[in-house]
Amino acid sequence: MSTMTALGRVSPTEKLQRWLPKLVLAPSMLIVLVGFYGYILWTFLLSFTNSSFMPSYKWVGLAQYARLMENDRWWVASKNLAVFGGLFIAISLVIGVVLAVLLDQRIRREGFIRTVYLYPMALSMIVTGTAWKWLLNPGLGLDKMLRDWGWEGFRLDWLVDPDRVVYCLVIAAVWQSSGFVMALFLSGLRGVDQSIIRAAQVDGASLPTIYLRIVLPSLRPVFFSALMILAHIAIKSFDLVAAMTAGGPGYASDLPAMFMYSFTFSRGQMGMGSASAMLMLGAILSILVPYLYSELRGKRHA
Amino acid sequence: MHNQLAKPTLNFSRIAIYATLLLACAVYLIPLIVMLLTSFKSPEDIRTGNLLSWPQVITGIGWIKAWDTVGGFFWNSVKITLPAVFISTLLGALNGYVLTMWRFRGSQLFFGLLLFGCFLPFQTVLLPASFTLGKLGLASTTTGLVIVHIVYGLAFTTLFFRNYFMSVPDALVRAARLDGAGFFTIFTRILLPMSVPIIMVCLIWQFTQIWNDFLFGVVFASGDAQPITVALNNLVNTSTGVKEYNVDMAAAMIAGLPTLLVYVLAGKYFLRGLTAGAVKG
Repeated sequence: MSTMTALGRVSPTEKLQRWLPKLVLAPSMLIVLVGFYGYILWTFLLSFTNSSFMPSYKWVGLAQYARLMENDRWWVASKNLAVFGGLFIAISLVIGVVLAVLLDQRIRREGFIRTVYLYPMALSMIVTGTAWKWLLNPGLGLDKMLRDWGWEGFRLDWLVDPDRVVYCLVIAAVWQSSGFVMALFLSGLRGVDQSIIRAAQVDGASLPTIYLRIVLPSLRPVFFSALMILAHIAIKSFDLVAAMTAGGPGYASDLPAMFMYSFTFSRGQMGMGSASAMLMLGAILSILVPYLYSELRGKRHA
Repeated sequence: MHNQLAKPTLNFSRIAIYATLLLACAVYLIPLIVMLLTSFKSPEDIRTGNLLSWPQVITGIGWIKAWDTVGGFFWNSVKITLPAVFISTLLGALNGYVLTMWRFRGSQLFFGLLLFGCFLPFQTVLLPASFTLGKLGLASTTTGLVIVHIVYGLAFTTLFFRNYFMSVPDALVRAARLDGAGFFTIFTRILLPMSVPIIMVCLIWQFTQIWNDFLFGVVFASGDAQPITVALNNLVNTSTGVKEYNVDMAAAMIAGLPTLLVYVLAGKYFLRGLTAGAVKG
């Protein structure tokens, strides 16, 4: 092609061929520039204005962020995210790893069992939330079932208990996502070099020791990926809260995503809602940047 | 890692492993069983029995009532999901093709910028997107939702195809170019026919994501245009009247069945999408 350019004889069809790739990519480039970065900037801008029910562009500096910091509900939502996120990630990881290791012991019907563990991941969080709201119903759900089965003193009313309602979200979210963690680790386990394990066995190491000392440490990349994905799910959690508790009782089970939605779209506080959205972005970046950094560094060393 | 040295004899630890695995199966399955049982019970049965008690009378009234309330919104979801899935997959395939076989200055930068979309918290784009849809006259329409899903699905669909095409040897495409094959000929004749697995992964991933979406649905579509997830949430969380749990559960099943069906039929691709899409950047 370069020779043709040098000769200055480029036919229109060849010119078109040369431009086609750019032309094809152009709509997506526009989408990314406007729909991703342009909109983020726009929201960022709104967070410095006094927008209420309608967008306004009257600059108020950091006032919306200051109001957010003084808002009790925002602190409840942030604290809930810490509790919910921490428990959800930790429990999902433990259950996922344990199930993956157990499934890796040449289990009959492994395919079927795997399918069962993973199916909640195909469901909408709204469906999951609806189901668990019913299961955790005080009076008619598990509460009643276990009493019917003879556990007389059993009480399960966490869904209406402001101090415990967050745990209900954790239970449902773990039910939905732990199978996925299992699948990630299982595929990681299948990639572990067998000769290392054989050598360790020959040396007389027991199976649990081999897993704890050799196999699982070698799955560190899988661990970080899972951590990253789970943290991301936790920060974005909105549907589950909407379906299970709608943030209640009161705002005891609010999460930042729910806070952002209700202040921006129901309470006419666009400015503060935008500020909360930017803080959510900050939270995502604070886990994404170190992750990508370590990934890239790892690749360079490899 | 299959352990081939340890012989699987029926000893205590094997029994413990199987017991744990089966117990876990039960825990994962119980919510689904409870949903199904409850959906076929009468309100009377629900009051007197418990979650896992067998219905005294099996009745479809819950399903009929549920379909009456959310059935129309089920079709909204179909109208939103199908075009959005196909268009975003096609765009993703074309993007992936350009990003691997027709690189140009800046295309890598673009890919980097696009990838961030996989992690973008949508809260940061909701307001501008709703202003834009309003300006275009697409607020509260299924068309508006189709566009939103295409835009914010692009990061994942492009990622799928780009990574898949990375493993296609350049020589194949270069030879075709020398033979005079053009941009689209190479795409449709050479690359697409070898991409069936990734097309499946992408279609299923997008189907699950878009069908299960709630955030975009609740923000951009109210009233007649809302998808099934929003309709289900409204049904379950209305505080007026007597709660009919059989209707709630039947509606939840209706909302969940399409993705569940896809999962059962094409679980292999679903899992590949989850791991490929979610893990590798």
